[in-house]
Amino acid sequence: MRYSALKIFKEAVTGHKGWKPVWRKPAPKPSYDFIIIGGGGHGLATAHYLASKFDGKNIAVLEKGWIGGGNVGRNTTIIRSNYLHHENEGFYEFSLKLWEGLEQDLNYNAMVSQRGIINLYHSDPQRDAYARRGNAMIMNGADAVLLDQDGVRKQYPFLNFDNARFPIKGGLWQPRGGTVRHDAVAWGYARAADSKGVDIIENCEVTGFDIQNGRCVGVKTTRGKILAKKVGVAVAGNSSRVMAMADMHLPLESHVLQAFVSEGFKPFLPGVITYGAGHFYVSQSDKGGLVFGGDIDGYNSYAQRGNLPVVEDVCEGGMSLMPAIGKARLLRMWGGIMDMSMDGSPMIDKTHIDGLYFNGGWCYGGFKATPASGYAFAHLLATDTPHETARAYRMDRFSRGLMIDEKGQGAQPNLH
Amino acid sequence: MSLVDYNTPLGFTWNGKAYQGFEGDTLASALLRNGIKIVGRSFKYHRPRGIMTAGSEEPNALVTLIGGGSQEPNRRATTIKLFDGLEAKSQNHMGSVNFDLLAVNDLLSPFLAAGFYYKTFMWPRAFWEKLYEPAIRRAAGLGALSATPDPDQYDKGFLHCDVLIIGAGPSGLLTALNAGRAGKSIILADEDFRMGGRLLSEREEINGSNALDWVSSAIAELKTLPNVRLMPRTTIFGVYDHGIYGGLETMTDQIGAKGAKQVLWRIYAKKSVLAAGATERPIAFANNDRPGIMLASAVRSYANRFGIEMPNSALLTNHDDALGTPVDHVIDIRKGEHIVDTQGRGGIKQVTLNTGRKLSVQHLAVSGGWNPNVHLTCHKRGRPKWDETLACFVPDAQNLPAEMHVIGAANGSFSTHGAFIDANTVSELLGVKSGALPAAEDAPVNITPFWYVKGNKRGWVDFQNDVTTKDITLAHQEGFSSVEHVKRYTTLGMATDQGKTSNVIGLAVLADATGQTIPETGTTIFRPPYTPVPIGAFAGAHRGQHFKPTRLTPSHDFAAEQGATFVETGYWKRAQWLARTGEQGWRDSVDREVLMTRNSVGICDVSTLGKIDIQGRDAGAFLNKVYVNSFKLLKVGKCRYGLMLREDGIAMDDGTTARLSETHFIMTTTTAKAGPVFRHLEFCRQLLFPDMDVHLISTTDQWAQYSVAGPNARKLLQKIVDPEFDISNEAFPYMACGQMTVCGGTRARLFRLSFSGELAYEISVPARYGDALIREMIAQGKEFDAIMYGTEALGVMRIEKGHAAGNELNGTTTATNLGLGGFVSQKKDCIGKVLSGREGLTGEDQLNLVGFVPDKKGETLTNGAHFINQGDDSTPENDQGYMSSVAWSPMLETYIGLGFLTNGKKRMGETLVAKDFVRNNHVEVKVVSPHFFDPDGERLRV
Amino acid sequence: MIINHPLLGPRDASEFTYLGDASLMQRPNPKSETAIDDFYRYLYLRENTPGEHRELWYHEQGDRSWLVVTRNISTHEITKVELARDVARSGT
Repeated sequence: MRYSALKIFKEAVTGHKGWKPVWRKPAPKPSYDFIIIGGGGHGLATAHYLASKFDGKNIAVLEKGWIGGGNVGRNTTIIRSNYLHHENEGFYEFSLKLWEGLEQDLNYNAMVSQRGIINLYHSDPQRDAYARRGNAMIMNGADAVLLDQDGVRKQYPFLNFDNARFPIKGGLWQPRGGTVRHDAVAWGYARAADSKGVDIIENCEVTGFDIQNGRCVGVKTTRGKILAKKVGVAVAGNSSRVMAMADMHLPLESHVLQAFVSEGFKPFLPGVITYGAGHFYVSQSDKGGLVFGGDIDGYNSYAQRGNLPVVEDVCEGGMSLMPAIGKARLLRMWGGIMDMSMDGSPMIDKTHIDGLYFNGGWCYGGFKATPASGYAFAHLLATDTPHETARAYRMDRFSRGLMIDEKGQGAQPNLH
Repeated sequence: MSLVDYNTPLGFTWNGKAYQGFEGDTLASALLRNGIKIVGRSFKYHRPRGIMTAGSEEPNALVTLIGGGSQEPNRRATTIKLFDGLEAKSQNHMGSVNFDLLAVNDLLSPFLAAGFYYKTFMWPRAFWEKLYEPAIRRAAGLGALSATPDPDQYDKGFLHCDVLIIGAGPSGLLTALNAGRAGKSIILADEDFRMGGRLLSEREEINGSNALDWVSSAIAELKTLPNVRLMPRTTIFGVYDHGIYGGLETMTDQIGAKGAKQVLWRIYAKKSVLAAGATERPIAFANNDRPGIMLASAVRSYANRFGIEMPNSALLTNHDDALGTPVDHVIDIRKGEHIVDTQGRGGIKQVTLNTGRKLSVQHLAVSGGWNPNVHLTCHKRGRPKWDETLACFVPDAQNLPAEMHVIGAANGSFSTHGAFIDANTVSELLGVKSGALPAAEDAPVNITPFWYVKGNKRGWVDFQNDVTTKDITLAHQEGFSSVEHVKRYTTLGMATDQGKTSNVIGLAVLADATGQTIPETGTTIFRPPYTPVPIGAFAGAHRGQHFKPTRLTPSHDFAAEQGATFVETGYWKRAQWLARTGEQGWRDSVDREVLMTRNSVGICDVSTLGKIDIQGRDAGAFLNKVYVNSFKLLKVGKCRYGLMLREDGIAMDDGTTARLSETHFIMTTTTAKAGPVFRHLEFCRQLLFPDMDVHLISTTDQWAQYSVAGPNARKLLQKIVDPEFDISNEAFPYMACGQMTVCGGTRARLFRLSFSGELAYEISVPARYGDALIREMIAQGKEFDAIMYGTEALGVMRIEKGHAAGNELNGTTTATNLGLGGFVSQKKDCIGKVLSGREGLTGEDQLNLVGFVPDKKGETLTNGAHFINQGDDSTPENDQGYMSSVAWSPMLETYIGLGFLTNGKKRMGETLVAKDFVRNNHVEVKVVSPHFFDPDGERLRV
Repeated sequence: MIINHPLLGPRDASEFTYLGDASLMQRPNPKSETAIDDFYRYLYLRENTPGEHRELWYHEQGDRSWLVVTRNISTHEITKVELARDVARSGT
C-alpha cells in the first residue's frame, strides 16, 4: 500500500478502516536464500537493499524481540558524515546520501532533517585537527565549513562564549548533518522490505548456527531450525554473544551508552551541537525535547542501563556549554549496548566460515550508518565482494595492522 | 478542617492577573480556590485542560513560572508550593489559554491520527525541512525556555544510611519509627512538602482519633531522633547499582532566590524501603478530558486537605475506595452504569450515561482503580507482575533490586491497616522490633476492572500527548502490537508525566485489540527519573569557570604580571605568549620571544610535563621494557630521550629519562600524557612484571621545572647554581644530569636537555620555590636580556628543530612514521615491539615525517592541509598525507611545516600541493628535511 | 557502582579507571615463532559474553592499585575483587 496525501485524506474521512499492517507477521519457512539475524536498523536495511537493489529473493530477518528494539530505537538520532579517515568518510558520506533520498526510496517519512551539525573546538590543535578532517570530508564529496567564534555565535548566540572554562573558539560545521526520527527508520525499512516479500519474523531468537564442514547451512531458533544459503549477522551489542555460537572470538566489547531526553519546549536549538571540551552532544526533536548524550559509562555491560556519574558528567558539559538549559528537565534516560571495536570502526566482512557474514563493531556510530551498512552488507551477501565504500571494514585488519582509528586510542574500546 | 493556614494569605499572579491563596496551598489548589478551570492546552489537539490530579502525576496543569529575569516552563501546578509573589502563566497556546487558535487541530483530528506524519509530508522532498517541519516544531513543544543563563544555583551532595525509606505515608512513617527507635540511620524522603501521604487527603481514624494526629506525633517523634533525617520535598528519582539512589531535594520554587534552589543527592543505602504509595487511574470514555473532570483522589485532596468545595458533582467509579469522595451523584460501574460522553465547552456541564440518562454536573470525579507506584522497582530492569484480584501491577519480589523492600500501597496493600502490617513485617526483615500495630481502616479493594468505553468517539488515555483509545486501536491495526511499538508509534506514555496515569489503560485497550489478557500483552519498563530532574541540578556547581578544575603553573603569577596570555592545556593554564607594549598581535610577541631566546636566553615553564620517580633494583630493566630504546646501560648522571609504544605498536609518548643513581631514574612525559603514562607504567609494573623490584611515584606537582635555553643559558645558570657545582661544558656536557643546590642551598635538579635546539637546560626545584626561582632567574638574567617565553615560541622552536610533539604523536603514528625507527633496539623486547611488525605497519608506502616549505617564499602554510601530487585530482585515492604542524620561522623568515607524507623520506625536493579546502588555502610546497634549523645540532653542544 | 577494594574497603567506582578483560595481564612470549599472532589474539580478542566477567580496574583517584574485579556484566553484580599484582604473581 502506497502512502499518499490522497490516501490519508480518504482514510481520514472513512474512519481509518483501510490501513494495513506496516509489515506482515509470517511464520518462518523451512529454508531461505538469505537469513539476516537481527531486526534492528542495520538488519532491516540489509534486507531492504538486498531485495530492492541486488535482486535478492527468499529473504528472512530474524528478530529475538520486536523489530527496532535495539540501538535504532534508543539513540540520539544524529546523522552526519564528518570523519577523519577516508576509509570511514567515504562510507559515512555514502550513508548520508542514502539518508537524503530515504523517504522517496521507502515511501515513509522518517523525518530526515538536515539542520546542520557543529563540532565545537576550543584550542588551536583542535581547530587544526578539524581542518584536516574537514578537508578529508570535502575530498570525499561531503560538505564542511570551518567556523570561527563569530560563525558559531551567529547560529547559536546563547552558548557560553563569555564565562567558559574552555572558551569556544569555533567549530566544524556540516550543514548536511542533522537528525532522523529513529524508530521510523526501522519501520520504514521493515515496510519496504516486507513489500518486496521479505519475511520479518519477530520473537524468533537464534540459539545456534548449523555449521557443517566449515559451512553455515542454517540456524537454530526458538521457532525451529531454518536452513539458509547465506546467513548475515547484524546484532550490534550482542555480536560477541551471537558469534560465540559459531565459536568466534571478536575484537569487540559491549558497553552501555546512556542517552537522555528532556521535556518538550518550543523551538530552541536549530541544529546539532557537539561540545569539544566535555562529553555532550545535543539536538532538539520535532516534539520539542532536547535529545542529548555523552560518553559511554566505560565498563563492559549488557544491562541497557547506566549509572549516575555519567549522567552528571553529561549534564555538567551541557550546562557549561549552554547555561540556559538549567531548567530543562531530564525526562527519560536509557541505555543501549554498543559493540565497541578495537579501533572505533566497524566490520562488514565474510567470516572464515563459508556462508556466514558479519556486520558489527559500530561503537556508537551505528545509527547514522544504517543505510550504508545495510547497502554494503547486502552487496557483500549478494556478490561476495565488499562494497566499494566498505572495503576497509575487514575483520582481519587488526591482525594485519590496518586499523582505522579516528580517535587514536588504540585497542581500548571504552576510549573510542 | 483543612491543612491550609487561612491566617497567612499569599498573593500570586496567574496570566498577569492578581489572585490570593494561603500558606499550605499548591499553585493548583490556589487556582481551583479562585475558580480557574482552564489552566493549559494539550500537546497535539490544543484541547482546553484543567487540573486533573493533586500530585506529581499531573498530565494537564503544566505551567510556566516566572521570576529572576527568567522562566521555568512545564512545572506541574500540583507540585508547586505557593509562595507570596509567585508569578505563573499558562503555556502551549496561540492567543489566550481560553481561545487558542491552534485548537483548530482538534477539528482536523481525523487527519492527525497516530503516526500520520510518517505517511505524509514527503512531497515535494524539499518541503519537509522548509515548510512542514518548522510548522510542526512551532506547534509542538510545551513551554518555552529562557535563552539566558539559568540564574539559579544548584548543589550536589552524598548521603549514607542504613535504610532509605521512600515515601512518608502510613507505611513509610511507621517503618521509620520502628527502625529509627532501634537506632538505624534512616533517611525518610517524600516528594510532598508535607509528610503524611494519602492520610493528608483522606478522612480516616488511627487508634480511634484523627489520622492527622497520628501523622503529627510520628513526625514529631522522628524529629527528635538524631539518627533520622527527614527529607520532605525530596524525590527519589532513580535506583542505580549497588544501593545507590538519586534524590532531588527542592529548597524553593522561587526563581532567582538566594542559595541553592535544588540539591541533587547521591544516597548510598544499605537497605531501601519503597513506600511510594499508588496512583489513581482515570477511565477512557468519550471527551473524558474536559476541565472539571478529575481523579476522585484529587477531589478528596482538594476537599479535605485544601478545603475547596466542588459543588454539583458526580463520581464515576468501579471500586469501593472512591465512594468516600464527597459528591452529589455516584455512577457505580458495578451497577451497570457508565459514562459514554460529556458535554461542555471550556468545562464539563453534563455527562451522558450508557442508560441514556444525562446528568448536569460541574465537577466529575473519576476513579478506575489504583496503580501501585512500582517505578523504582523497575529501574534495574525488574518487571512487575499482574495481580488479578487487585487489577493492577504489583512488584515482583523475584526481581527487585537486592537491597529493596516494597510496602504499603506500592506493594498493593491498599488499606491503611495493610500498610501498617507491611511496615511491621519489613521492620522484622530489617532486624528491628516493631511497636504496637496502630488501629486503622481495613477495607477490601472490591474492584471490577473497567478501562475504557468502546465506541467511535475519542476517549483520552494519555491526556498530555493526546493519545486516545482510537490511536491505540489504529496502531494495532497497522501491526504495532508489541507494547513498545504502540508506545513509540502513538507516543503513549512518552509525555512529561511518563504515562503515570495512562500506561495501564493503554495496555488494557491493546489487550482487547490483540485478544489477550493484560499480562500476556506485556508491561512497560519504567526508566529513571521517576519525575523529571532539571539538567541544572545534575550539573550542580560544575558550570562556567567551575566546569573542571584549573591547574596553575608555579610561574603563573609572574607570567600574569608579564602580560601573559594563557592557554588551556588539559586542566592547566600555560603562558602562551607574553606581550610587550607596542606589539601589534600575538605574532609580534612570539617572534620576539624566539629571537631573544635564540640570540641570548629565554626561560619557559615546563612544570606541566609529567614527572615520574622510578626507583628499585630493576628500574633499568623495567625502563627497557617500556621504552623502545635501551636504558639499562644508561650511565648515572646522564639523560636519554625515550620513545614509548602502546602494545599495538603505535607511539604512546616520548620524553627524557635521567639516571640519578644505579637504582633511581626520573622520567618525564608530555603534559597531555602524564596521567595515561603513569597508569600504563603501573599496569606494566603490577600486572606484566610483578616480580620486578621497581616502584613508581608521580611527582609532577612536586617539582617546578623550567627550560633555560639560548647561547647565554649557561652563563645565566652559573649565577643561579651554587658555586660548588661545576656546570661547565666539560663537567656538565650535553645530556648530563645531576642533583645540586641553587640560590644558596635550595635543593635542585639540573638536566642538560634541549627541545629548542639551543644550548639548554631544564632546572627543577621543589614546587614551592618555583615562583621565587623564575623571578630570580629573570633578575639575574637582566644583563643577558633574559625573558620568559610561552608555549607558542616553544612550539615554533621545536618545529624549527623538527621535533615531533602531540600533533605528531597523535595515536596513529609508529616509530617508523615519526622517523624514529632507528631508535628501536633490536636486542630486546619492549611493549609494542611485536605488533609493530605487522604488515600494515611495516610495508612500503608508510607515512614519513618530513618538512615542508612553501615553494614561493612568503606564502602561508596551514595546518590540516592534505598533500596532493601536482596535477592530480583531490580524491581520497590521491591523498599523499597531511600537514601536522606549521609555524612562521622568524629565524628562516618563512613558513615551515611538519607533516606526514607517503614514502616521504624518499621524496626530498619534490613539489606537492598542500590543499586546505576549509580555509581555501592551496599552496605549492617543497619536501625538505624536518630539521630546518641547525640540522647538525651544533648549537646544543657548545 | 561500588567496588570493595581489598585494602581500602568499599569505594565508589568513579574513583577507578576501567581497562577491560583481565586476560590483558597474560602477555604472550615475545620470542615465540607465532608471536605476532599470539599478540594479536592477546590484545584484540576479548572475552565479552553476558554473565561473569573478570576485568581490570585501576584505582586512579586512590592508591593506584590495579584490581581484578569479577563482575556480572548483565547485572553489574560484583562477586570478587582481588589485587591484580597478587593474581599476576600467582599466575591465574
